[in-house]
Amino acid sequence: MGSMQAIADWFKWLAGAHGINVSIAYDAFDRARFLTGLSTTVWLSVACIVLSILVGLVGAWLQGARSPLVRAAVAGFVQFFRNTPPLVQLAFFYFAVSAALPMVTDQFGARVPLVNNVGWAVISFSLFAGAFNIEIFRSGIEAVPQATTEAAEALGYTRLQSYIYVVFPLAFRICLPALGNNLVNLVKTTTLAYAIGVPELLYAAAQVWSETFNVREMMVVLLLTYVAIVAVLVWFMQRWERRLRIPGYNA
Amino acid sequence: MSHELGAPIVVIDAIEKRFGALVVLRDISLTVRRGECVCVIGPSGSGKSTLLRAINALVPVSKGSIRVDGIEVNDPDLDKLALRRKVGIVFQQYNLFPHKTALENVMMAPLHVLKQPKDEVEARARRLLAKVRLSDKEGAYPGELSGGQQQRVAIARSLAMNPTLMLFDEVTAALDPETKKEVLVTIRELAAEGMTCMLVTHEMGFAAEVADHIYFTDGGTIVEHGPPAEFFKNARHERTRAFLDQVL
Amino acid sequence: MKTGQTDLPVLLPSRPPATPGEWGLSDASAVFGSRKVLAALVAFAVLSVAVAEAADANARPGILATVLKWTPLIATGFLFNLAVSVASMAVGTVAGVMLGLGQISIFRPVRGISWAATQFFRNSPWLVLLFFAMFLLPFEMKIGGVTVALPAWFKAIIGLALPVMANVAEIVRGGIRSIPVGQWESAESLAFTRFQTLWRIILPQAVKRMIPPWMNLYAILTMATTLISVVGIQDAMTLTRGALVAEARTDLYLPLYAMLLLLFFVYCYPIARLTQALERRFAVRI
Repeated sequence: MGSMQAIADWFKWLAGAHGINVSIAYDAFDRARFLTGLSTTVWLSVACIVLSILVGLVGAWLQGARSPLVRAAVAGFVQFFRNTPPLVQLAFFYFAVSAALPMVTDQFGARVPLVNNVGWAVISFSLFAGAFNIEIFRSGIEAVPQATTEAAEALGYTRLQSYIYVVFPLAFRICLPALGNNLVNLVKTTTLAYAIGVPELLYAAAQVWSETFNVREMMVVLLLTYVAIVAVLVWFMQRWERRLRIPGYNA
Repeated sequence: MSHELGAPIVVIDAIEKRFGALVVLRDISLTVRRGECVCVIGPSGSGKSTLLRAINALVPVSKGSIRVDGIEVNDPDLDKLALRRKVGIVFQQYNLFPHKTALENVMMAPLHVLKQPKDEVEARARRLLAKVRLSDKEGAYPGELSGGQQQRVAIARSLAMNPTLMLFDEVTAALDPETKKEVLVTIRELAAEGMTCMLVTHEMGFAAEVADHIYFTDGGTIVEHGPPAEFFKNARHERTRAFLDQVL
Repeated sequence: MKTGQTDLPVLLPSRPPATPGEWGLSDASAVFGSRKVLAALVAFAVLSVAVAEAADANARPGILATVLKWTPLIATGFLFNLAVSVASMAVGTVAGVMLGLGQISIFRPVRGISWAATQFFRNSPWLVLLFFAMFLLPFEMKIGGVTVALPAWFKAIIGLALPVMANVAEIVRGGIRSIPVGQWESAESLAFTRFQTLWRIILPQAVKRMIPPWMNLYAILTMATTLISVVGIQDAMTLTRGALVAEARTDLYLPLYAMLLLLFFVYCYPIARLTQALERRFAVRI
């Protein structure tokens, strides 16, 4: 506790003596606001990561469907979300789709939209990143040599069994680097939620700097925080890759 | 090798295989009896591998009949699982599952396909790896094994399904002479134990030694066949002699 | 006969294929015929208008007519987005090439600083970098004795150029590194200087591989230009919102935003197709 206080005091001195005002280091209110933003960003990122991977898996599976209609629908979905701005996608969902949906009554009796801004951010970003994940998973599945699946078939595996025990485990390992890349981008994309008033990290930082007038300091803190979040994700993905690495390959 | 030859296991009757306009197999008929070891030889591109794959329904044939131990393979309602429990196949490129250890590779199909109890499967897998002399490599991944070792794991993996018939598709073609021998020894032992085998091979010496019957194919048809002693000494057809002159 | 593939390549290509670019995906999704995508596109547009028309029973001026009324204005805004994208791409590419070459410099400090700058700007969110430029660049600058005002749009161009720079740096570095070491060695043995080797031997080969990811990056940048609306610069997005405020009709939200999405799609999708086509072509003859 003592050392925490000492750090806070030092930053207070820094602000007074040199005008470098890292208010979140000593001001409890600013810090709480910033930390809430941080936790919102982390929560938002995790939710979107999980959902986007689900979208990717389902989409990749549907791309192998027999019906050409289903395959065309998936292709259209992928191309659409990959080739339009995520910010406009977000606005499309939050303003347009939301307006087309019915309102519901909340527990206080107020009329509220069916899905709130946080909900739309999660949906929008998950679909956006999911479209990329579909492509990543598909190319991973295609990279598994046909000879390997043929061996499974010759041992009596059904198509589903061969997917579960042979194709997916291999395809997933092939996908991991590209997936990691996409998830890093997803985390960065969560900042767009600022535009619809989701109190994530950027939003919280903007609140702090507009009241404390320390844009310069908060900007540095903000950038470093994002770089740190990305670093953690990259570290995690690399550890995962190492764990899944097969001895004798890819030394 | 001469055993008491049993009932026919494979009966192929006038099959034909086309890829578009290309005829890969033309009017092929042959019989393999229980305990027999049959070798198919011939120049590259003569349809040998396609023939083996057709027996295991990995390649559908266009015409004719293939019966394996009573199962008609050229049948749209074929029960593939039933067929593949009877027929094991070993490929030129081993095709082991790279993310599983040698032991796991051998155990996978009996566990997932036959749904046999794990301890039973594991005990049998260990015995099979011992049989192919790889007891010390149970925990190794395919990428850590030599080609010959991988190929022997692949043989053990097929044997784990207790097949009535083993197909070997140029299993030594990708191996260097040293490791080739290990694999050939394993196959010879299997044949000696009375396993019904069908081999596609370029190893003429080995074919002469291990086969009960030799088929020579060229251009998608069987040019001639006979017991090895006869076949190698006095081939009747010009094409056969030309081929043998080239490889011997 | 079947050509047996080894199991080995299964796990070898752990590097994302050839594109060190922002989204890292170079895979050719070109299996889909463009006609299918086009059909889906038209279906989407028709559906948006249809849903809006259906929701609007007591039709005031028709939805379609209203959308058409605002289209020229929003299209003008879109042209501004494109202008910003071209300017940012130019600035970012020049800076990025220098940063990328800095990463292969033989001077350790230059290499270290270039690497750190690349990583920093590559891993920061675009929107935050845009804020960074908007707030921290001065509103005027003294060049020589002349004071030049820095308008908001200029800062926005710089703000978007920062992540572009970092991504271009990665593309350049990746492209150069994709050329086999043997090329460097044989050039050196022929007494080329380092600069000559780079300029005459390495870059001409590497540029071909850099073009697809660079184009991919441009498409991403074009889509990212909408971010300038968040920092208060008038673009297609701002004008769309303005049109919606002016009309004050909720039934217009769906079709107008759909139109904005389509504007970007119509511009970015052909770029994506072209990128894939080039990738495939370059991939064949390495």
